[in-house]
Amino acid sequence: MSFVWLWTDLMVWSLLFVILAGIRSIKHSEQARKQWRSIFESPIAMASAVILTFYFVFALLGSVHIQLASSGDSSLDKRHGVYSVLDLSLMHLIEQTERTYSAPFATHEYSTSLNFDENGQVSQSYLALKYGGQHLTKGASIWLDVLKKTGLPLLLTFGIMALLLLLHGLFRFRTAALRDINNKAKTLPWKTAYISVFSLLFLFIWFYHLSHFYHVLGTDKVGQDVLLQSIKSIRTGVLIGLLTTLVMLPLALILGISAGYFKGWVDDVIQYIYTTLNSIPGVLLIAAAVLVMQVIITNNSDWFGSTEERADLRLLFLIFILGLTSWTGLCRLLRAETLKISQVEYVSAAKAFGLGPFKIIKNHILPNLMHLVLIALVLDFSGLVLAEAVLSYVGVGVDPTTASWGNMINQARLEMAREPMVWWSLFSAFVFMFTLVLSANLFSDRVQTVLDPRRVH
Amino acid sequence: MFAYIMRRVLFALPILIGVNFITFALFFMVNTPEDMARAQLGAKQTTPEMIQSWKVDHGYDKPLFFNADAPGLAKVQDTLFVQESMKLFVFDFGQSDSGRQITADVYERMWPSLAIALPTFVIGLVTNIALALLIVLFRGSALDTATMMVAVAIMSISGLFYIIAGQVLFSKVWHWVPISGYTEGWEGFKFLILPIFIGVFSGIGAGMRWYRSIFLEEMNKDYIRTARAKGLSDLKVLFGHVLQNGMLPILTGVVVVIPTLFMGSLIMESFFGIPGLGSYTLDAINAQDFGIVKAMVFLGSVLYIIGLILTDISYTLFDPRVKLA
Repeated sequence: MSFVWLWTDLMVWSLLFVILAGIRSIKHSEQARKQWRSIFESPIAMASAVILTFYFVFALLGSVHIQLASSGDSSLDKRHGVYSVLDLSLMHLIEQTERTYSAPFATHEYSTSLNFDENGQVSQSYLALKYGGQHLTKGASIWLDVLKKTGLPLLLTFGIMALLLLLHGLFRFRTAALRDINNKAKTLPWKTAYISVFSLLFLFIWFYHLSHFYHVLGTDKVGQDVLLQSIKSIRTGVLIGLLTTLVMLPLALILGISAGYFKGWVDDVIQYIYTTLNSIPGVLLIAAAVLVMQVIITNNSDWFGSTEERADLRLLFLIFILGLTSWTGLCRLLRAETLKISQVEYVSAAKAFGLGPFKIIKNHILPNLMHLVLIALVLDFSGLVLAEAVLSYVGVGVDPTTASWGNMINQARLEMAREPMVWWSLFSAFVFMFTLVLSANLFSDRVQTVLDPRRVH
Repeated sequence: MFAYIMRRVLFALPILIGVNFITFALFFMVNTPEDMARAQLGAKQTTPEMIQSWKVDHGYDKPLFFNADAPGLAKVQDTLFVQESMKLFVFDFGQSDSGRQITADVYERMWPSLAIALPTFVIGLVTNIALALLIVLFRGSALDTATMMVAVAIMSISGLFYIIAGQVLFSKVWHWVPISGYTEGWEGFKFLILPIFIGVFSGIGAGMRWYRSIFLEEMNKDYIRTARAKGLSDLKVLFGHVLQNGMLPILTGVVVVIPTLFMGSLIMESFFGIPGLGSYTLDAINAQDFGIVKAMVFLGSVLYIIGLILTDISYTLFDPRVKLA
């Protein structure tokens, strides 16, 4: 057993590092702390943040890959290959593969198949599933069984919540003594936070428990568990939303600020570059770049050791391509703002004192742009998650072997035409995606209201 | 005005050359003249001589960007890049990999695209602005908050879901309209109604929020307070002042889109089997037909730049302060 670090894994963990550094710098600045506090004063923003954190944790768990050795323990033999920590904790779902479609909580397959009994008689019947609901005695009610299996998860969730509350209480008790008595700040909506943590935690534990006995969200064409696919897709969606901004940000910042600050020919060149890129229809530019990438990957298949590496590199390329095509909007915004700020008196004063351009940019301009950057980051996130689905449909998205909501929708499109309809793949992709995008949108709304001084409420 | 437009058109040239450069660089990285010759001549029994003669015949034997052998200006002119770009500038897109004339295809497929894109655009615009005005009337109320929540929810659903759900509901379950297809003329109306409806509906969330924020910003200005103080009714203020003054920011976002309507929508057209430019492009992407994708990129950029110029012109129509010179 050894760790395997894929490129995107490294990027996710470095992103986590950046986020932690950001939180640290927020803690140190009085103004930033107040702003962030005010963001979380909204119950909606708090609940959204909890949901986003859950998704991010899943993405992190999916980003630690381990190579299981094929030698040694024979019971592990069939499991050699690269697995993420998330895969390992959901191993029972990987192993409980059915033959074909089955509905959520079903005990039998979704369509009939021809069977031959011992006498050579042909009959048409619904075959029983290999794993789903097979612990039940014949005739037992599924729903009663599900209800029975709710108690334990509920108890466990209450236990975890009690522990959290205790820790939180202790922390508050410790800081309460230090708090300024005149501090009239509103308390944060902890109730909302706890309710959302409780619901998400309970849902996860409940589904996890049930998934040992049933296919909670059904199985797809080749009998894979849809819940497993939906959870694995979280990583792809979150990565595309977050890492793209990591690629885009340096470009937008450096070019936008230089254009606005140095003006003259620098401004002309940068404006030319982004007008040109902007004038190419977005999807086409991405499609063209991905096509080129596909040809390069097929022509150089010897670069990659495994299918995981190839799929990962394709995801990485996609992230880079999305980043390279989406920096223009923020760049234009930053350029305009820099132009405005560099006219302000304190910048002229700094110049008069003989400060170099890099010092001025670092001390006077960059801090005044941070709210724009933050707003752009949270705004872009949901758009990118949605874009992944569309790109996968167009055929220029992530690798077909990568679990992603786009790939799930793409397959589900054909299933809807079946009679009777196979709806659960599409439904699951919809629920998982909608929850993420909705909470991202709601959170970004709040960030915008608090950070953007010009926005009308 | 004429001088201004001429200048803008001239400014557009370097941008289009830049666009060409990007597509050219992208495609010639993977699709070299040798590959093209092999594809055209058939994979078997191609000798290097045949490839060479094909390249000479089609003008692909020239260097990419700089021809050191040629005299004077021809050093730059007599190259593959300039030759290929010049063809695009006169809208000669050449042949696709399947041997069809791209320019003819574009002329033919433009109209089905427009048949969907134009109604979607117009109806969507009117609906969004009307809803936004209505919501601005109720600003700050519970209705406002609730509508905005619904708008965010509508925004958060992927367009693919709207299309699939629409097809299942209206075509498969209720049998109101055919699931996909297209015919010319008024007969085609039954095919168009569902894609147009879905296109309008999926855009309502984002559109309504956008126009609402424009109108609210206008609402907070001093002249509105004056108008209200004079005793003007809410409706008069809304239609007489807010809508008119909100026109400038609306135009900024809207006019630029109009020319690109010709390009159609990739997703919509492929789901509904509309033989427009969108599905044409999508098929080309799936077949890795570089010629068509290149043509579409160029066409899209030209239309976008036309949209930018139109935006500037439209300003002069709605705001007498703007003078183009």
